[in-house]
Order: sequence, then structure tokens, then C-alpha cells
Amino acid sequence: MRKEVIKRVKAFRILGRSIRDSFKSVFRNFSLSIASILCTTITLILVAIAIVISANVNHITKDMEEELTIVVYANADTSDEQLKQIENEIKEISEVASVVAKSKEEWRLEMKSYSETLNTTLEYLEENPLLDSFIVTVNDAEDLRPVALEIREMNNIESANYGEGMVEDIISVFDIIQTVTLVMVIALIVVTAFLISNTIKLTIFSRRSEIEIMRLVGSSNTSIKLPFVFEGFLLGILGSIIPIIIMIYGYLIMYEQISNSSSFSIIELISPMPFILITSITLLLIGSLVGMFGSARAVRKYLKI
Amino acid sequence: MRFIEIKNCYKVYKNGVAAIADLTLNINKGEFIFVIGASGSGKSTLIKMLYREEKPTKGTVEIGGINVGKLRNRTVYKLRRKLGIVFQDFKLLPKLTVYENVAFALECLGMKGSEIRPKVIKALDHVGLKDKIRSFPGELSGGEQQRVCIARAIVNNPKLLICDEPTGNLDPKTSKGIMEVLENINKELGTTIIMATHDKEIVNRMKKRVIVLEDGLLAEDHEKGSYKASESI
Ligand SMILES: Nc1ncnc2c1ncn2[C@@H]1O[C@H](COP(=O)(O)OP(=O)(O)OP(=O)(O)O)[C@@H](O)[C@H]1O
Ligand SMILES: [Mg+2]
Repeated sequence: MRKEVIKRVKAFRILGRSIRDSFKSVFRNFSLSIASILCTTITLILVAIAIVISANVNHITKDMEEELTIVVYANADTSDEQLKQIENEIKEISEVASVVAKSKEEWRLEMKSYSETLNTTLEYLEENPLLDSFIVTVNDAEDLRPVALEIREMNNIESANYGEGMVEDIISVFDIIQTVTLVMVIALIVVTAFLISNTIKLTIFSRRSEIEIMRLVGSSNTSIKLPFVFEGFLLGILGSIIPIIIMIYGYLIMYEQISNSSSFSIIELISPMPFILITSITLLLIGSLVGMFGSARAVRKYLKI
Repeated sequence: MRFIEIKNCYKVYKNGVAAIADLTLNINKGEFIFVIGASGSGKSTLIKMLYREEKPTKGTVEIGGINVGKLRNRTVYKLRRKLGIVFQDFKLLPKLTVYENVAFALECLGMKGSEIRPKVIKALDHVGLKDKIRSFPGELSGGEQQRVCIARAIVNNPKLLICDEPTGNLDPKTSKGIMEVLENINKELGTTIIMATHDKEIVNRMKKRVIVLEDGLLAEDHEKGSYKASESI
């Protein structure tokens, strides 16, 4: 029992020493540490930009995707039976999410409510000049075109139209932006991990006689490795401070600007509060993990234990 | 009481050099034993197998009942904590003082400062360096530096002290001082000491057990032996 306690106390003391050593080491190899920290900083700024862009793009496209609708008009002389058949046929297309029939009578009532002139005009006409229609929604922006084309091929269809290109184009551009930033960020993370790994390698090198003695006097492998893992961790954490500050202020300013400006009124950004907190934590996690991963690589490669 | 038991031990390095061949050797607790032999005869290899820097290719090396060759890399530190090791090149940390260098060995094991202090003082007292506590290795003579190493090796009260040519870099007079320190440790603390050396004079004067290696083979094993008994070297 007592022995267990002593063992734990010793482990804590070794932990404390490791942390102290890692701090010392960051200052001892100052220029290289600064290089790693800067690289982490740049990477994480880009990661932050990527997160902010893609989260908001997702947010905006979600809004757009809710309007992924095709308006289908049947020919003027289509019977009720044929209408029912069209509806069933559309429902059978697998990409279709929903079909809502909207009769010409419903259209007329809706239009009447739009304006007084329209109201009187429609009253004046004996026949309803409008067409029976279906509001079709699809699951994905990519499905808009093929589904519309398929519906146009059916019998008794006057037209099947959708946002024609506009929505699709915007969404596909957003998709490209997301892919490019993702690839860039992954590449930068790899570079950062290598740079941190190199910094740790230099630390290992500059402390090789110390390590040799530690091994001779009976330090466990873990307690030899620990300071280096901490050092990588520390470099990662230090590198994530500036990106987090930039991200928080940048996002708050951007949010303020966009929500107050009239020309951007269609765009609505994610509200800042949980968002910047979650993004900060993500950046901190990425920084520290990249740091630890880099140092683990160096330790495995150059410590040979 | 048998302490070290080496049985039919072989060491062949990766490049094919057979450094130790069919070595069988027993060492008792409290012995002081010299390992001598020409350069390349396998002295350092034998020493390295004792502190498990090298594994025997065949056969066993047992220290205090532990089969050293079977230890996993991860658990070697448990053996090392029970040994003291001294080298020809001192392996001191130049930026630490004498005190800090000796204390380093205990700090690595997670001991606390108040526990470390009396042990370090006692070890430095044993090697006669109590008054140089605040000096840096660069300010010491070779003999004094080696004393610091010995203090570091004995600070954790090891049962076994292993020395690979501890006097190799020192002049005869300084070497004599070092040998006195080692003999003291052997007598007063009962530490078993194994020392590889080239130094004729030391071996002749000390009249201890001598192991002679020749191309990795155990050529001679004398109680109270001396270099004279093995004129061939
Ligand atoms: N790591 C190694 N890899 C390959 N061969 C080695 C290695 N270490 C030693 N040897 C070889 O093993 C043989 C014995 O070497 P060892 O260092 O044990 O000799 P020694 O008796 O200590 O010599 P010296 O008196 O010069 O220190 C030599 O032929 C040497 O070249
Ligand atoms: Mg040697």
C-alpha cells in the first residue's frame, strides 16, 4: 500500500521533471522552436479559415438545398386520372424526395391573393387559364437536372423547371472550395508534423549524452521519452494561440459586418457563440496532436528505445 | 554466495565477429575481480553483457538470479538501477555541477530532493570529493572527474559496480588513487566490483582474482592472480 503511494509520487515527480525539461528545451533551441511554432501557426490559421469557410458554406448550402424543387406543369387538357398517373410516375423516380400536387384552382387562389389587379383579371376570365402542377423536391443538388429531364419525357407534361444551373453551380463551386482547402490543410499538417519532428530530433541530438546517462542509471523508457513528447505538445499548443485569437476576432468582425450590411442580406453566417468555442478547441486539439505526433515520430526514429 | 553466473556464453556481433566464445564464469558476492586481455579480446563485450547493453547470442548471464539476456528492452532499467557503471570516458554532464551530476542519477528515478541530498553527500564523501561539490566537471582534473563518476555509480547503493578501464585515461599516480577508492567501496560497502583493464601495475599490486580473456575465450582464472601469471599478454 505504502509502496504503491511512493511509486505514484515518484511518477508525478518524473512527470514534473519532464514538463520542466520540455519548457527548458523549447527555449534552448529557440530559433528552431520558433520555426516550428510559426509553421504550426500558419497551418492552423489556414485550418481556421478552412473550418470557418466550410462550416458556413455547409450552413448556406443547407438553406439552399431546402429549396431543391422542380416545378412541373401538366398540359392544359390533362384529365384528373392522367394527373394522378403523372404523380405516381414522378413518385417512382428514386431521387425524388416528395411530390405535392398543386391544382390550377389552388394556383388561382394563391395568385388572387397576390394583387388586386390579378384578382380582377382572374375573376373576369371564365376558364381558369392556369395549369395543374406538381412541386417536386429532390435530395441532392446533383439530382435536379436528371430528374427534371426524366419528367419532361413523360406524357402530358408541359414543362419541368428548376433554378436551372444557378443553385447547382453555386453548390459545385462550394464543393470544389471545400476539397481544395481540405487537401491544402492536410498537406500543411504533414509539413508541420515533419518540422516539429525535426525540432525534437535536434533536441534529442543536443541531449544525447544526457539520454545515454539516463539509460545507464536506469531511467525507464517512458521517463526518457516523456520530455520530448511534452515538447512537441508544447510547440503545438504555442503554435495554436495566435490562430485562435485571429479566428475569434476575425469571425466576430466578419459576422458583425455581414449581418449589418444590406448587400449581403441573403447570406446568413453561423452565429458566433458555440461556433468560435468549438473551432478554438478544434484548433488547439489539432495543434497539440500534430505536435505530439511529430515528436513521437522523432522519438521512435532517433531515440531507438 | 554466488552472485553472477555466466554459463556457456557466446557473443557473435552482427558483422560476424565472435567476441566471446563459450565463457563460463561464476562470481561471488563481495568479490573484486579484474578482467584483462589484449585489445579486442572481448573485455568490453563481457562488461556490456553484464549491464545488458548487448545480449548473449547463446548461453546465459545471470545476475542475482535474473537472467539478464532474457530481459526485455522495456525492463532493462530495473537491472540498471541495481548496478553502477563507470567508463574510461567519464560521461559527465558539463553544464551540471559535481553535486548535480551525482544527484542526476537519483532524480532520474524520481526521488525527492531531501532524500537525494544525504545520499549524494555520502557518495561524494566516499570518493573524497566533498569539498568540490559546486565545481563543474571542466574545472576538475581527470582523476577527480572519474571520482565523480564513481560517486554517481554508487549513489544508489548498487550491489554490483562495473568498470570498463576506469583508469585508461589517467596517469599512474592518479590511477592509484582511483584504485584506492574502488577498494574502499569493495571493503566498506561490500559492493562486488568487476573491472576491465589494461593496467599491468594495478593488477599486480592489488592481488585480486584475475580473469584473462584471449580472443573471446577464457584463458586463465587466478585467485590472487597477477599479470605475471599471464606473460603472454
Ligand atoms: N558493436 C560491435 N559490433 C561489431 N563488432 C564489435 C562490436 N564491439 C566490439 N566488436 C568486436 O568484438 C571484439 C571484441 O571487442 P571488445 O570491445 O570487447 O574488446 P576489448 O577487449 O574491450 O578491447 P579494448 O581493450 O581495445 O577495449 C573486437 O574484435 C571488436 O572489433
Ligand atoms: Mg574495451
